[in-house]
This record gives sequence, structure tokens and C-alpha cells, in this order.
Amino acid sequence: MAYRHASRLILILCLGLSLALGVTLTSAVMAQDKPRYGGELVFAVPAEPPSFDGHRENTFAVIHPISPHYSLLLRVDPEDPNKIIGDLAESWTVSKDGLTYTFKIRKGVKFHDGSLLTAKDIKATYDKIIFPPAGVASERKGAYAAVEAVEAPDDQTVRFRLKWPSAAMLSNLASPWNYIYKAEILAKDPHWYEKNIMGTGPFTFVEYARGSHWVGKKNPDYWDKGRPYLDGYRALFIRDTGARVNAVRGERAFIEFRSFNPARRDDLVKALGPRITVQESAWDCALWFTPNHERKPFDDPRVRRALTLALDRWEGSKVLSKITIVKEVGGVIVPGTPFATPEAELVKLAGYWKDPEASRKEARRLLREAGVPDGFSFTFLNRAIPEPYEPLGIWLLDQWRKVGLNVTQKTLETGPFYQDLRGGTFDVSIDFQCGFIVEPDLDIYKFQSGPTTADPKGVSDANYGRYKDPVLDELYVKQSRAVDSEERKKYIRQFEKRLLDEQAHQFITLWWHRIIPHLSKVKGWKVTPSHYLNQQLDTVWLSE
Amino acid sequence: MALNKPLDAVAEVPGEAYRPGWVRAVVRFSRRRRLGAAGAAIVVLMSLCAISAPLIAPYGPLETDFAAQLRRPNVDHWLGTDAFGRDLLSRLIYGSRTALLVGFTSAFLGATLGALVGVASAYFGGRIDLGIQRIVDIFLSFPIIILALAVVSILGTGVFNVIMAITVPMIPNSSRVVRSSALAVREMPYVDAARAAGFGHRRIIFRHMLPNVMAPYLIMLTAYVGQAILLEASLSFLGLGVQEPTAAWGLMLRGAAVEFAETAPWMAIFPGLAISLGVFAFNLFGDSLRDALDPKLRTL
Repeated sequence: MAYRHASRLILILCLGLSLALGVTLTSAVMAQDKPRYGGELVFAVPAEPPSFDGHRENTFAVIHPISPHYSLLLRVDPEDPNKIIGDLAESWTVSKDGLTYTFKIRKGVKFHDGSLLTAKDIKATYDKIIFPPAGVASERKGAYAAVEAVEAPDDQTVRFRLKWPSAAMLSNLASPWNYIYKAEILAKDPHWYEKNIMGTGPFTFVEYARGSHWVGKKNPDYWDKGRPYLDGYRALFIRDTGARVNAVRGERAFIEFRSFNPARRDDLVKALGPRITVQESAWDCALWFTPNHERKPFDDPRVRRALTLALDRWEGSKVLSKITIVKEVGGVIVPGTPFATPEAELVKLAGYWKDPEASRKEARRLLREAGVPDGFSFTFLNRAIPEPYEPLGIWLLDQWRKVGLNVTQKTLETGPFYQDLRGGTFDVSIDFQCGFIVEPDLDIYKFQSGPTTADPKGVSDANYGRYKDPVLDELYVKQSRAVDSEERKKYIRQFEKRLLDEQAHQFITLWWHRIIPHLSKVKGWKVTPSHYLNQQLDTVWLSE
Repeated sequence: MALNKPLDAVAEVPGEAYRPGWVRAVVRFSRRRRLGAAGAAIVVLMSLCAISAPLIAPYGPLETDFAAQLRRPNVDHWLGTDAFGRDLLSRLIYGSRTALLVGFTSAFLGATLGALVGVASAYFGGRIDLGIQRIVDIFLSFPIIILALAVVSILGTGVFNVIMAITVPMIPNSSRVVRSSALAVREMPYVDAARAAGFGHRRIIFRHMLPNVMAPYLIMLTAYVGQAILLEASLSFLGLGVQEPTAAWGLMLRGAAVEFAETAPWMAIFPGLAISLGVFAFNLFGDSLRDALDPKLRTL
């Protein structure tokens, strides 16, 4: 009897202990998944912002340190890069004919100076982006060709009226570049935001020390109550890849949001073991090269065509993917996505032939025909960012050497690089196109007619090739208006063939592959196919 | 008597066949300064490599072979290959051209211009000397690499600009050293005699003072070559010097050499060794030359 009592007692005790252990473990796991407040996120940035104006710039060097200061009208869901959610927009409706988008704006949103945000601020912001005043550069205005007007009928309503229905409109309005600025400031000086910060984002500006760091602190008046979780953040500007990797390895920086190459990833995993987490993704980003159409002999399409025919992209993909962050061969749309050109069609375009010798022979013939002598010299402008600009630059120079071109390289830091690129003071330059969401309107708007000396007003301010091509512009509009996806594909193919082959305006090299190793204590951040997304940092928290 | 006999005479071997003066000087230098001679031999070897690079390099410096990416040293590529399959030995041989071109040109320009400034400063004295020396003080207060970085950030990258960037910080250094010798020369009777004879400043500086400060000038010159090679390598390593695809030792140390330092260490080891050896050789030679030319050390 006593034995039975004792057994029951032991059984009850065991059950109790198991229950207690279960509850403790569950709560521990839950506590680990529950965002924790406090701490400063330290991250490395490989370049410095040329200016602070997101509307004007096109580099991660702006997005990474500056986005946490701003809100957007819409944003890409941090959890799902294919979903668009409201940021300052509480809700929205689209008219049946697809020509009017009406947004209701959140009430009580404050700028960091304490003033209230109204629909007028959003109208002023989008007017600057879509219809910039003379002398104000707007990198992505070409993507808003469908917009006729932006209106603010009352303080909480913004309306976009379109010339034609655009399937890309919501994606366009969720652009991570479209920081919402203050109307009053823009009215006084549209260039003010190039050197100053004033937003409604989760973090307020503290300081920027050029060559060193950028600091932001938690905005206590942020409209999304309970966020952000961090007390602040510190962006460290470290150009050298090795130094950035060492910063993560030494746990002085917790993450770098752009990408490391496979060798660096393996080094970090080996060194830090479970203290490092690796997130990888395909990347909506590619390096291009742009001949300056206003400089001889690059005004001749035969010479430009020879430049692309000189490249063996298929071999380049194999060899460069071992040493840097480029990988896929593709056309103007991200490979493997619905509007991308299949390989069978791609190989018909100049520079994508499977026989590199035949391609180079044709390149030499074209150069001869255009009167370009063997050993002709020109300068290739490259950007001083190690990955993947430097290795890709060496590869390009080697490929051009194989068709008898003697190319020297001029490498510049981001600021001076853009000065040369925008000023047209280059022969052939590296350039890039990175999207935040895979959408043809956003992926190819850049290549419409750009500013030239004769006509400084281009359809796309982001086109640095200094050419006008109305046929290309028309094809862009046609694909943008096409409702049927097969019809749209047809126009995209025509656009691609004209851009890369027939007129040989600008050329894609290889698409990228994104690898983010970060300290495991960084939570609430998810890798996406774009290094422009998820940079407001309002969802990020530190588990330690 | 033997104590008064110059050491040079002691070294001469009676009955030896006649040799021109410079050959005797070389032989004497080699016998007395063995380390310096070793340094000089490496410098000569480097120079020969640079001159005959197209004849002795097994591959072209820009020749890529993607099938041989990151190959460790082997029979085909004695020092291995880089991330683009370029032969490291060939790039090192061609890189010696860049190193010597930048080294000699910068050192010659820096030491010569510095010597002119130093002699002129010492010769004129007074306010001119005071003014020049205060400017020199300003330049000397910055480390050479900082000055070089400042110059290259103004002028931009490329071989010519790197030469300028290295030359500029060397001028004040050289001028200060040469000025101290020139101050003593200025007080020599032959300079007073030249003045009394009514010779112009230019003639006195170029014909009477400069030749008499040749010893410190030559010492500075040899010491600066090594320094210039190191500076060029540093600037190229920082991405501010010579640009790809030019073969240059400092350039070979950056980029993929850093990325693959653990898996392909030969990419960093050999260019590093070349830089060290080059600088070491010039420093050894320069030190020995200083010892040989310094009258105080010669009598020891």
C-alpha cells in the first residue's frame, strides 16, 4: 500500500516537473521569438551617400543609413516581398477604369520637428518625384510616365490620376526611394533634402561623420505605436570588404545589408559557428555598362555592338560566380521570372551567342568597318566598390582586349563617380540597375531616352548613355499599357532587342546573387531579392 | 705612417691589372660593404627583370586563363595564378617595371628638387631661408603617406599622378637634409671667392654648391627609391595608385588577394615578398652608400 502511494506520488511529481519544464521551455522559446526592446544595431555600409535625397540618388549607400528616418506612402511587406502594404496610407481604392488611385492618410503622424503630416506633404513629395522643377534631378521619374496629376483634395486624402491604367502603379508607389518630405521645406528649397534630414520615420537623425558613421535614435513619436524596438542604430562606413567582414567576425558590426561573396560567407560561418546566421536570395540587381553616345566612336552603333559582342557572358557567369557576387546570364528582366527572356531567345541577341569566337570575329569586323583601329584606347569608368565592380571591371577589360581594344580603367569613389556619370565626362562607364520588386515598368524605365547636351530634359534621368530613342520610349509605354501578359512580353522583347542588339545602347553584364551572413542576435529582418527593401529597421530587434 | 695612409690605398692589390676607376670603386665597395653589395645585386637583378620582362616572363601580364583560376604554384605557373587565372610570376616581373619606374622617377624628382630648394635656401639665407624653412616645416609635420594621399585625391589615380603624389612629400625632406650640408658649404672660401669674383647666384649654386652636397643627395636618392616603391604599393593597395589591369605589386595585394587570403595565400605572399625584397635591397644599398660616402664613417 505504502509502495502504491509512493509510486503515485512519484508519478504526480514527474508529471508536475514535466509540466513545469514544458511551460518554462515554451515560455523561453516564446520569449526568444517575442521582440525585445533596446540596444543599438550596428551595421556596415560599403559606400557613403553622394547626397541625402532618396529621390535623386540610386545607391544603397543612401538607402541603408537614411531610410530609417523616413516613411513611405506604401511599402513592401517586410515579411513578404511580393506583398504591398500601407505605410502612411491607411487604406486605398482604385477606380474601376484603373485611372484613379485614392489613398487615405493616417492621422496624427508627426515629422521629427513635431509638425503634423498631411496629404499636402505627400502631394509635394510626389510632385517633386514625377514632375521635378528645373534643375532638380529625379532618378525614377521615368517610371511614372502614366501619372497625369497628383492631388490632395483634403488633409487626409491623396489622389493619383493616370493617363492610362498601369499595372505597376502600386509597386511604384511602394518604392523604398520615395521618402515622404515636408511640403513647406520643399516649397522653400527643393534641394534642401540633399543635405538635410526631416522625415516621419522610426528613427530621428543624430549625426553623420563623413568617412566614419551615421547615427539614428528611436523616434518616440513614431506613428506605429510599440515600434521601433531598437534604441537606435549606427551605420559604419567601411569601404574595404575585408574590414567589413572582420567587423562582423569581431562582432563590432552585426550585419551588412548588401552582400558578401561565397568565400566570405564560408569564412564567417567557420569562424562564428552558431553565432552567425546566413540568409541568401536571388537578387534583382545587375551591372551594366554604358557607352557615352556623345563621344566618338561610341556614337556609332557598330562600335557599341562590338563592345557587347566581345563578351563571353556564359563563361563569365561560370568563372566570376566563383569569386564574386554575380551569377545569372539574362536580359533586361530578372532571369527566371515570368517576363524574362528564355535562354533559347536570349542566345540570338548580340553578346549572348554561344560561340564566343564567332562573336568576337564579328566584333572585330564591326570595329574595322567603323574605322576603329586595332589597339584603340579608351577609358572605362568604374566605381570604387570591391564587390562586384572591381572583378567585373577586370573581366570587361580582358574581354575587350580580346577584340583588340586597349582599355584603361579609372576608378572613382561613389560621389565623384556619379559626378562624372551625370556630367557625361566618360567614354564607357559601369552602371547598374537594381529593382526593389520584379516589375518590368520598374526594371526597364531607366533605359528610356536620357538627358543629352542638346536636350537636358530626358524621359529618364537615370539613363546616363546620353541618347534619345523615341522608338524605345514608345515600346516602354506600350508594354506598360499592355493588359494581356503575352502582349506585354512581346513588347518587352522588342524593347530588349532594340536596347541590347539593334541600337546597342547599353549592356547588361551578369545578374547578382545576394548572401547576407549576420550575427544570430539580429532578429526581425528578412532577406529579400532587393538590398533596398526592409531598411526602415522598425521591425528589427536584438535578442541579446 | 700606416695610420695616415687612406683606406682606399690599403685595399689596392699590387700588381693587379689596370681597371677603370668606376670598376675599382665597385670592387672596393663590394669587398668592404657586403650587405650593400647584396642590396645592389638585387637592385640590378630587379632592373634586369624589368628591362627584359617580355623576354623572361612566361605569360603576358594581362593574359587570363579562366581554366586556371586560383591555381597553387605548379610546373606551369611557378608562383600560382590569381582569381582571373593570370600568372603571378609574369605579373611580378612586369610589376617590377611599375615599381622601378615610380621608384626611380619619384626619388630622382623628389631628391633633386629638394636639393635645389635646400641649396637655394641655405645660399640666400635670411628671410628667404626663414620663409622656405617654415613652409618645409608645415610639410614635414604630415606623415608622407598622408601627404601622398592628399595629392592623389586632388590629381586622381594613374602612374603619372602617383609619381607626383610621391614626389611632392619627398621634396621638403630632401631639402632639409641638403640644406644642412649646404649651410657648411656656403661658408667655404671658394664660395666667398666666387662671390668676390662677381659670379651670379645661379652659377654659384649650380657650379660651386650643388656639386659639394652630392654625398647627402645620393644617399637621399637611394633611400627614397625604396620609400617610393613602398608608397606606390601602399597607394595601389588602397586603390588610389596604379589601376587594374596594370601589373603592380601593391595592386596585386588587394581585391581577390584579400578575398582569398586563406584559400589562396600565394596571391598575397609573393607580391608581399617582392615589395619587401625590393625595399630591403634599396635600403641596404642606400645605407652602405651613406657609410661609404660619409667622411666620418670612412675613416673608422
